[in-house]
Amino acid sequence: MADSLIYRELGGPSRRFWSLLALLAVPLALGAVAYFYMEHYGHIVTGMDNQIVWGMPHVFAVFLVVAATGALNIAMAASVFGKPVYRPVAPLSALVSLALLVGGLALLMLDLGRSDRMIVAITQLNPASLFARRVIFYDGYMVSVGVYLWFLLERRMNRYIRPAAIVAFLWQLLLITSTGLEFGFNFRAAYDSVLYAPMFIAFAAAYGTAVLVLILFAVCSWEERPVAEALLRRFKNLLGIAVGASLFFAVLFLSSKYELARSRDVARFLLFDGGVYTALLWLGQLVIGCIVPLALLVRSQFSRSALAAACALVVLGGLAQMYVTLIGGQAYPQILFPGMVETSSFFDGEIHPYTPSLVEVLLGLGGMALAAAIIAVALRALALLPTRLEVPAEPQA
Amino acid sequence: MSADTNEVLSRRGFLAISAATLGGVMLAPGVRLIEIAAARAPEQPVSRKVRWGLLIDTNKCAPGCDDCVKACATENGLKNTGHPRTDAQWIRKVELKDMRTGRTNSVPVMCQHCEEPPCVDVCPTGASFKRADGIVLVDRHICIGCRYCMMACPYKARSIVFQSISDQNPDVPRGNGCAEGCTLCVHRVDRDQQPACVEACTKAGHNAMIFGDLNDPHSEIAQRVAKYASTQIRADLQLNPGVRYQGL
Amino acid sequence: MKHNGIGASAGRIARAICLLALLLPVLAFASDRVPKPVIDIARPGKCVEDTATMRREHPDMLKHQRDLTMHEGIRTQKHSLKECISCHASTKTGSVLGNNGFCQSCHEYASVKIDCFNCHASKPKRIAGATP
Repeated sequence: MADSLIYRELGGPSRRFWSLLALLAVPLALGAVAYFYMEHYGHIVTGMDNQIVWGMPHVFAVFLVVAATGALNIAMAASVFGKPVYRPVAPLSALVSLALLVGGLALLMLDLGRSDRMIVAITQLNPASLFARRVIFYDGYMVSVGVYLWFLLERRMNRYIRPAAIVAFLWQLLLITSTGLEFGFNFRAAYDSVLYAPMFIAFAAAYGTAVLVLILFAVCSWEERPVAEALLRRFKNLLGIAVGASLFFAVLFLSSKYELARSRDVARFLLFDGGVYTALLWLGQLVIGCIVPLALLVRSQFSRSALAAACALVVLGGLAQMYVTLIGGQAYPQILFPGMVETSSFFDGEIHPYTPSLVEVLLGLGGMALAAAIIAVALRALALLPTRLEVPAEPQA
Repeated sequence: MSADTNEVLSRRGFLAISAATLGGVMLAPGVRLIEIAAARAPEQPVSRKVRWGLLIDTNKCAPGCDDCVKACATENGLKNTGHPRTDAQWIRKVELKDMRTGRTNSVPVMCQHCEEPPCVDVCPTGASFKRADGIVLVDRHICIGCRYCMMACPYKARSIVFQSISDQNPDVPRGNGCAEGCTLCVHRVDRDQQPACVEACTKAGHNAMIFGDLNDPHSEIAQRVAKYASTQIRADLQLNPGVRYQGL
Repeated sequence: MKHNGIGASAGRIARAICLLALLLPVLAFASDRVPKPVIDIARPGKCVEDTATMRREHPDMLKHQRDLTMHEGIRTQKHSLKECISCHASTKTGSVLGNNGFCQSCHEYASVKIDCFNCHASKPKRIAGATP
């Protein structure tokens, strides 16, 4: 038992906390305005059309969902794989995971064409649909992570932490794999590859760990909470492995698309002639999101600012990756007649343009702010983080 | 039973259908299934013995001719709102040119009414569904506008309505936020009429489109596909569309 | 002491609000401020069921019929929305919507949102293209 750790709520004067919430209320309110504007006028006010059907809200939403599943990794390392060094941050890891997931799901729901029928989306499930099964995965994941978090916080339940963690781990695996396969099982040329499943597991690990470490640093800058360098070194290594794996799978995926004749054209589009997508792929996803963070992380000398910078870059790279995957994948035309040049009044055979509208971006940022607000309120209300994260915890069940 | 209906049937349903098919064959070998279908009373549900399909002869389809597209827009109340990228097109003419030989074709493309429709597989609420007679539809009453069907359809056959509309055709309800696509003019088919596109093509004398029951060996469409080579778009995906093309 | 004082006054305010809320409908009826729905039936005669049944059960009838039509292609006329509209549309506006429209006036009075006319036409088909 990690008895030597004293878990404490976020401290500080309440005026300071309320001003933090007020700050978060700005993007939340703008997101709400954006939602009602879209709801009133229809999706005509977005940049989406019948070619690019999922726009900016999905970029944010899928990023949040993927990061949410990855943010739980730290807790799973502590409670399933017996790494007690992570035990002090296990509750934070579970909380961040839940909050990011709520933010992402809220975005998915608010971007529906008929968001007034949200209840139908929850109650009327088509069992054959991978998408509908994901609703069950989301629910199962949230419940199991919630139970796990409760067991972590409730001393009497401490001895059941491991079984609860194993259940949460299985839901996590299901959720992230099915997220990848949403793309992997799609017929579009840029998708249609089972590599999406392991690639998204790597992405999730990278984005989730990065967000978690950033939040840990934010708490430390809010108030005095000493963090052991040993723990941060572990985070550094973990993030390095996740970013390395992301880079590996991204290169494997892109080169497999390029090598196979049937998908060479789409690979050429993404890698060379895709304009904004090519730029975001190389500069955003690969350089800013993988190579620079790796360079920062593999330096032998440890530095907190280098770790924080690497985390921020991984998040930016992750958003770029989602934009390339989601929008770039739709911008490339669907080929109905392979070997033929297609033209039509419905834009067959053309690269589809897309310009995100302000409302979409505001809605997306609102989803992020929702996740941040949940984390802030929960940290203030619940004792989720120890006062000092430098006591090496003893092994526990 | 035809290979086209390999859905899981209940034992009772299966027996009833086999008996009906057998009975039909034994009692009246010459009877056309389409006549059985046509004889369907208003209170009778559609039958899985029928598989509606289209056969499009691209040799007769002239480039630039859009009689079918115009007829569809009139029948289904699809209006030009001045936003071509968000306007729905339930049927469109795709002009094709073979990259290697230079041969050109002009092909109307609409919902292909797959036997294994990906839009139905992905729809989270079951709004996207296949009727027993093979027509793939959107139940707008439970569509939540998630647009997953549009992501999944390899034929670009689904659209979503981007803003409120009024003055719909009473037979063809459509409204903001719901997904939609070619219904094969199901409201007309249910009163034994041809889809608007087929009617327009025939009326103009092109005769490039045939509508009928693929499961009825006596129907013109079934006889044509049995006799002449026809292809399905993206047959490699194994979705078995009900729309087939000749001359591609 | 101070705390008690605040609690008591809060309780008084809450009670006043509740009383007002209970009184409002009575006041509304008394003053006739809420106009009764205008049920202007252009083609008088018998509906498909008696009035009481129609008032209570028309949503269920429509929902049942909608599923039959949508999924099984059953297009009987008795409980179809299209038939409701063709009979009940106002002779002036040609619609069941609008301030005095058959559907809207009553639904506004009962404060129940109608979801039908987001997609369904609120006017019957023009005679030229009419089919039985």
